[in-house]
Amino acid sequence: MAHTLGPDWQGDHLEAERPKWDNKFQYLLSCVGFAVGLGNIWRFPYLCQTHGGGAFLIPYVIALVFEGLPLFHIELAIGQRLQQGSIKVWKAISPYLGGIGLGCLTVSFLISLYYNTILTWVLWYFLNSFQYPLPWSSCPLDLNRTGFVEECQGSSAMSYFWYRQTLNITADINDSGSVQWRLLICLAACWAVVYMCIIRGIETTGKAIYFTALFPYLVLTAFLIRGLTLPGAMDGLTYLFTPNMQILQNPRVWLDAATQIFFSLSLAFGGHIAFASYNPPRNNCKNDAVVIALVNSMTSLYASVTVFSVLGFKATNDYGHCLDRNILGLINEFDLPEESISRDVYPAALTYLNATQPQRVAQLSLKSCHLEDFLDKSAAGPGLAFIVFTEAITHMPGSPGWAVLFFGMLFTLGLSSMFGNMEAIITPLVDMAVMPRWVPKEALTGLVCLVCFLSAICFTLQSGNYWLEIFDNFVASLNLIVLAFLEVVGVVYVYGIKQFCDDVAWMTGKRPGLYWRASWAVASPLLLMTIFVAYLSLLAQKPPSYRAWNPQYGQFPSRQERPYPDWVLATGMLLTLLPMLWIPVVALVQLLARRRRMWKLRDARPDSDTDTKTYMDMDKDKC
Amino acid sequence: MLWLLFSLVTATHAELCQPGGENAFKVRLSIKTALGEKAYAWDVNEEYLFKAMVAFSMRKIPHRETTEISHVLLCNVTQRVSFWFVVTDSSKNHTLPAAEVQSAIRMNRNRINNVFFLNDQTLEFLKIPTTLAPPLDPSVPIWIIIFGVTFSIVIVAITLLILSGMWQRRRKNKEMSEAVDDDDKCENFTIENGIPCDPLDMKGGRINDAFMTEDERLTPL
Repeated sequence: MAHTLGPDWQGDHLEAERPKWDNKFQYLLSCVGFAVGLGNIWRFPYLCQTHGGGAFLIPYVIALVFEGLPLFHIELAIGQRLQQGSIKVWKAISPYLGGIGLGCLTVSFLISLYYNTILTWVLWYFLNSFQYPLPWSSCPLDLNRTGFVEECQGSSAMSYFWYRQTLNITADINDSGSVQWRLLICLAACWAVVYMCIIRGIETTGKAIYFTALFPYLVLTAFLIRGLTLPGAMDGLTYLFTPNMQILQNPRVWLDAATQIFFSLSLAFGGHIAFASYNPPRNNCKNDAVVIALVNSMTSLYASVTVFSVLGFKATNDYGHCLDRNILGLINEFDLPEESISRDVYPAALTYLNATQPQRVAQLSLKSCHLEDFLDKSAAGPGLAFIVFTEAITHMPGSPGWAVLFFGMLFTLGLSSMFGNMEAIITPLVDMAVMPRWVPKEALTGLVCLVCFLSAICFTLQSGNYWLEIFDNFVASLNLIVLAFLEVVGVVYVYGIKQFCDDVAWMTGKRPGLYWRASWAVASPLLLMTIFVAYLSLLAQKPPSYRAWNPQYGQFPSRQERPYPDWVLATGMLLTLLPMLWIPVVALVQLLARRRRMWKLRDARPDSDTDTKTYMDMDKDKC
Repeated sequence: MLWLLFSLVTATHAELCQPGGENAFKVRLSIKTALGEKAYAWDVNEEYLFKAMVAFSMRKIPHRETTEISHVLLCNVTQRVSFWFVVTDSSKNHTLPAAEVQSAIRMNRNRINNVFFLNDQTLEFLKIPTTLAPPLDPSVPIWIIIFGVTFSIVIVAITLLILSGMWQRRRKNKEMSEAVDDDDKCENFTIENGIPCDPLDMKGGRINDAFMTEDERLTPL
């Protein structure tokens, strides 16, 4: 067979050879790195704490078992079996479903835009951590150096550094402001780092992942040890994990658990399909799915223990300061000797003074201090990382070192997730041979990174944070749920669950059991549909609004609730619908093309049957 | 007579220095907070030192070079430790204007603090705002330096990766073209029994020694 083909075949064969993982560990580490991201650090602990502590683990595990694991297994299986990126995989399953692949690509593109912007913020904080004292530990002085800047005085040094010195945020989403040059150069640096790591696809990603996936675990462990030795850590942990079973009656808890496991595993991005396509076909993808999902959930738990021991320390610290402020007020007002009222004696002293001289005490306007109030002040998302946690770090001895470690950890966590996002974009493009053969892969990845960088410049505007919230809350979430639902339905009902189980049996050596088949056929689609409907109903309940940082607001530093203007809503809806539009468009195009082909054949040979073979079978022959 | 004069003087003094009095300032010290175990007790001698420091500060102001320690009056010393003070003029009948005292204290605040081993927060002059220390402002912010370093490293790494990729591709192309040339040669000459390449030497394949004629063995004439 070799000598019937000319020299051209050898050239093609060498170039068309699909890249492979160096070893299994690299592949597992890449998937774990992709799944474990910023959400494990700043979303899961918050959900755990607000939804009843230890009790939240019940809906979380149920969602993992019936939704997370089955979907994950499907993605790995189809990528590995068909050895292609997301677009070609879905075309192979059914040409009418090719739109799912394009939808995944668009969603991954939109997500990578704003995800890397978050990394830009992390990089900015990282660069500012190499100094003592940390720049966010104290307010800057005002112009005549008699006091602090008013905006900072009214809120806190951390909030001021985040909202003013980092984002320079406007009070209204209508007011776009100008591009912040500091964020712009950090954005360029972030995209340069991403480009450096994905420049030759998994060849370079596979090397980088050893560091970016393992470093966060080292830092988490260091923080855990440090956090558990700080005073007040146990208060934080007991507050976090004390189960409150009543809260399980609230459907919001179940919705949040389902969405959390879904986004946490990074499903429906196309990234896992891309990673799995570089595997040898005969690989136990079922075990891989279970291992990676379990590692992801364990990391979430590990991170919450760390985060809450540090937050417990912060709350105790704040509580102590609150008491001390009150004690100082009393001592100064009544000219009592220093240290005459200790924290333990304070309640008794206060009641005594209140009884004897109530007017003077009332004049002081002392704030009531309760530890629970401070423990309640948790936050999710960027608020946790950039405001709450940074404050906790400033109180730790050796704070610049801890700040460097913390932001370094966040950066590497986000970077390993970015690898998956970018592979979800690049692998389908390479498979579809969008560029001519002579264009090297470095040029393609460079072009993709450049396009992403230029598109993401809009997030460095002063109103960028508000736009990022829109992307995060609406564009990403709804699209991913729809795409995941179509994935499951496409594989189970269009491809055929029997055929799929045969494929899995061929790859892993064992046929999927009843649990898998029941989940794929019934549980997962049902759960996804419920989540989608619940999401839409929550959106419809009240018009979407955003919380603006407005120094002129009456109740500053609380954020002002404002409704989105119409043009913003229109843009948001357009961006949300764009990925999903591919699905009907591609299906329609395929339908028309097929009809045309049938008519052509009928015209050419009126006697013979129309082609009885389906595209599915034809494509299978090619593989 | 002397007793009458003494009581008159003290009465006058008492009038001049009063909590909330005109041109009077309240001072609050937090010695235990600042020094912990090394805290000293506040006694009359410390008060004398304080008066001396205030007098010293006043002497720095034009037209007040003759301020004496006795011109500074302290009253209402509490256990907190807090007290009020005024600075009188040479006749000891009037207090000096608050603005002058304020500017004197502000100019010498650092020295007064150091004498008592305290700082702006632990030695408070209520109603006298502190001039906050300007922040350390290096000419080039630290973050730009670190940014420059990391960005240059990344650019260098990218360049190296691109160059090594190009070099690898060129080497692969050369190898491939060599292999292709070998194939061509093979295919032109010996494709017997499906074996593309002749194991014999190429040159040897062209001329088969076995068929060499007798004529060629003989040397030509």
